[in-house]
Amino acid sequence: MTLDQSSAVPAASTLAVTPHLLSVDQLSVEFRTRTGVVRALEAVSFDIQPGKTIGIVGESGSGKSVTAFTLMGVLDRAGQVTSGKAIFQSDRVAVDLLKEPESSLRQLRGKELSMIFQNPRTALNPIRKVGKQITDVLRCHTDLAGEDLRTRAIEMLASVRIPDPDQRFDAYPYELSGGLCQRIMIALALACSPKLLIADEPTTGLDVTTQATVMNLIKDLATQRQMATLLITHDLAMASEYCDRIIVMHAGHVVESAPTHSLFQAPRHPYTAKLIAATPEAHKAFRDLIPIMGNLPDLKGADLPPCRFSQRCDRYDPALCTQTPLVRQSVTPEHQVACWKPL
Amino acid sequence: MTAIVSNLIQPPPNATALLQVRDLCKSFAISKNANLQAVDRVSFDIYPGESVGLVGESGCGKSTLIRLITRLLDVTSGTIKFENTILSTVAVRQFPQSPHRKDIQLVFQDPTDSLNPRFTAYDTITEPLTRLTGLRDQAQLRHRADELADLVGLPQELLSRFPHQLSGGQKARVGIARAIALNPQLLVLDEPTSALDVSVQAVILHLLADLKERLGMSYLFVSHDLNVVRLLCDRVLVMYLGKIIESGPVDQVFNHPRHPYTEALISAIPSFEAKPHPIPLTGEPRSPINPDPNVCRLYGRCPKGEDQCRQAMPPLEEVTPGHWAACHFHNE
Repeated sequence: MTLDQSSAVPAASTLAVTPHLLSVDQLSVEFRTRTGVVRALEAVSFDIQPGKTIGIVGESGSGKSVTAFTLMGVLDRAGQVTSGKAIFQSDRVAVDLLKEPESSLRQLRGKELSMIFQNPRTALNPIRKVGKQITDVLRCHTDLAGEDLRTRAIEMLASVRIPDPDQRFDAYPYELSGGLCQRIMIALALACSPKLLIADEPTTGLDVTTQATVMNLIKDLATQRQMATLLITHDLAMASEYCDRIIVMHAGHVVESAPTHSLFQAPRHPYTAKLIAATPEAHKAFRDLIPIMGNLPDLKGADLPPCRFSQRCDRYDPALCTQTPLVRQSVTPEHQVACWKPL
Repeated sequence: MTAIVSNLIQPPPNATALLQVRDLCKSFAISKNANLQAVDRVSFDIYPGESVGLVGESGCGKSTLIRLITRLLDVTSGTIKFENTILSTVAVRQFPQSPHRKDIQLVFQDPTDSLNPRFTAYDTITEPLTRLTGLRDQAQLRHRADELADLVGLPQELLSRFPHQLSGGQKARVGIARAIALNPQLLVLDEPTSALDVSVQAVILHLLADLKERLGMSYLFVSHDLNVVRLLCDRVLVMYLGKIIESGPVDQVFNHPRHPYTEALISAIPSFEAKPHPIPLTGEPRSPINPDPNVCRLYGRCPKGEDQCRQAMPPLEEVTPGHWAACHFHNE
């Protein structure tokens, strides 16, 4: 990540005040590898309003997690932000998350923006009691000390509906089930009441019943605290139940962005329509389950087509679809699609 | 690829079962007087050409049950009968010599972890042939590998590749080709698509339905994705803490669940349609260690949970023909 010392303390006046909590604009990320440059994200833009849940869906390799890691400032060293802004409305000032120095990002992470990781067992410290992991966060970002830390941590454990929070404070992650570990992660992420929660596949590997419990919990807490949530998932059905708005990503591009209802009622991008058709669902007959042919294009390729879906698309028209750059057009003010031949 | 609609087939009443499991139990000794009852008196049949789904949350004993059936674990009590041979008495170490070893094959959950990273796709697919049929003739092996690659839709030129050179869907195809190499009669599929993207998952599901039709195998399909089970299976078994608590034709069980646990499972499936809030089960499952034989396993989490439920374990009872449920209140 580029560190621009001059913007270490950005003045509120230098950045336009937006009504959005987070506004990501034209974000591009590259990975320099031995075998070439992987263009993992290209011109990704979206906004998040306070209190709303936004979903990012797409196949593996579409750039969902890279987006989350970039926003949190925990991108792998090989990754470089080549352009874009991510304006986050912090308590006092608007800050560009991509330009903030590490020291001030540390002040933000865990306090104003937090993240829940995919696998709670690997994300938690295996040799530290779960209660202690929560008090670590509290000690870092609040004035609490001594017994108050423990009391507050136990309150947090109770708020994520962990039975016997007193005893669980002293448990190690291996002593808890997957569902309980994920609740510990949530307690950890919400310990300082962040304004934005990034949840990266929070229920992958959990059972459907546990998944419903965990997702309802996140939704309830988000509503209570007016917290915005960025939910990253490959499960369209789940995203449709919990999100206000959904962003569909394919090979590092945002291909469609729309309110949940209109996305599922009338998808405009061929990829979105195909994803919906490939998802098994109650009352869907087997013959209506239609696979998506082809793979994601090689993002290292020098000759990546402007529309990265064109090789898999059955609406491809060489005269239309090779125009550069691929722009997102508004179908309605709320619904954008990056396609020259939308459905 | 041709889509084959999985029809609801009622097993013919007098047909002989391919696999017959009766009162199967497996317990693991944890300490001197603590036993973990992983599988507790499980009985079911699988008929030739039938596809049976097995669902339940993690820790309910699905994997232990599979390991018992594929004879990777010794049985504590009960019988497993395959065709007319009792397999439950065959020791795990002796099973590779059994003539039925090649009839029961397994497709594993993670296509990456279950392939030997130093074996090419060809090595992986031909290994069961050399090991279990003693086939050594290179030309014959080559021919069979090409045939299998065609069958699972793997381009033949990929046979010389190593797992890291293959995509997730291609690795899944190699795993399936290995499992069907010996023309098994029963294919046990342990969450075969859970590690795949929806786009690839749909391809693999169609492939599995197609193979079943062409090769006439029976499937035991383990999954926590109930929508997938509904699409691919004829009958479904619902397991909770080592016991089968409901079984029946998929349409019956999914549309008219009779056990509160099945109901909770189904209501928790995410869907595109607006629907009432799922009924999540509160609390954690009871401990499987030394379980009380007279208390319903769901007691404490169940929305019903009356006195009766902790005085007697509800038996599996036939609710409608072919549809069984283990709940005192299955008629409500």
